[in-house]
Amino acid sequence: MVNFIWLFFILAGFVVAAINGNIEAVTQAVFDGAKTGVTVCFGLISILVFWLGIMRIAEDAGLLEKLAKLLRPIVRFLFPSIPDNHPALGYIMSNMSANILGLGNAATPMGIKAMQELQKLNGNKELASPAMCTLLALNTSSITLVPTTLIAIRMSFQSLNPAEIVGTTLVATFISTTAAIVVDRWYRRRYWHSRH
Amino acid sequence: MYGLISLISAWAIPVIIVFIPLFAAYKKIPTYESFVEGAKDGFDTAIKIIPHLVGMMVAITVFRASGAMDLLIGVFRPLLDKVGIPGEVLPLAVLRPITGAGSLAFTTDLIREFGPDSMIGRIASTIQGSTDTTLYVLTVYFGAVGIRKAGYALKVGLISDAVGFIAAIAICFLVFS
Repeated sequence: MVNFIWLFFILAGFVVAAINGNIEAVTQAVFDGAKTGVTVCFGLISILVFWLGIMRIAEDAGLLEKLAKLLRPIVRFLFPSIPDNHPALGYIMSNMSANILGLGNAATPMGIKAMQELQKLNGNKELASPAMCTLLALNTSSITLVPTTLIAIRMSFQSLNPAEIVGTTLVATFISTTAAIVVDRWYRRRYWHSRH
Repeated sequence: MYGLISLISAWAIPVIIVFIPLFAAYKKIPTYESFVEGAKDGFDTAIKIIPHLVGMMVAITVFRASGAMDLLIGVFRPLLDKVGIPGEVLPLAVLRPITGAGSLAFTTDLIREFGPDSMIGRIASTIQGSTDTTLYVLTVYFGAVGIRKAGYALKVGLISDAVGFIAAIAICFLVFS
């Protein structure tokens, strides 16, 4: 899919430029695009270095576990099928708290461990269980407190207020996660009814 | 209400960077040493994105410079104008669930083209920041445990992406205009 999209952009650009008679624009765009790509990544260094430093302090101070504990009632509500004290619950809570703090690198291994635990509870090993679908929904719509990458990009292009999108992003991510939970519940109920 | 959202934008980062070290100091953690240790990862993370972003940035810049982008958006614009969605951000709705690097490059392109403080720049930033790459997450998470049938998970992911897309546009118009 990604391969197709990438090829489509380049090919369609080439064809349209050829028809319009401005093929020089393609060559120029290649250099401009590559340069922007590198410039933006270098712009990311400043914010990412600082942010990951702060987040390491949070990790060392045990804030992730604290946050995970706060999430426990929510996780219990979202995953009623998991038995109490099952290891999956702990991994799910860690996965969610890492997502909230924007630690994608820490969230993914925790999420996969949670999936492995859920797979042990799953009757049909090839079909995703409802709990697995819920965990996936939480990760695809992931609530993030501070969108660091976007702030860095906005800084690279001289925004007057790079962080002004923190609030709007938070509200949007909250709404999409709520939608994910509601839709997931709806499908889960239908799934349950079709089985009983 | 909308003032509150702007207030969150202004206060979130300062509060976080004061609260975390303060809490760590209370827990007797060597804050500065922890900071430096974690900060080392930031450089690698940023550098590792370069190949992805350069590849996607070139493709999207070629697409825009050739005039193909205007053609594509032109097709949908009459319809989108009626519901108040800026046509320029529409490709982002399609790219966001499929490719993280592609949508990041597209967002960057919109910010470069229209400016970070334009309505389009703000909307694109909000969309990009508020959701993850659904198809990628699904492949990684289910692939890791050998799930072949995703059940209804894909539908849930895509519906919530669509809701997030519309919500991002609506919120930006409410807060920034």
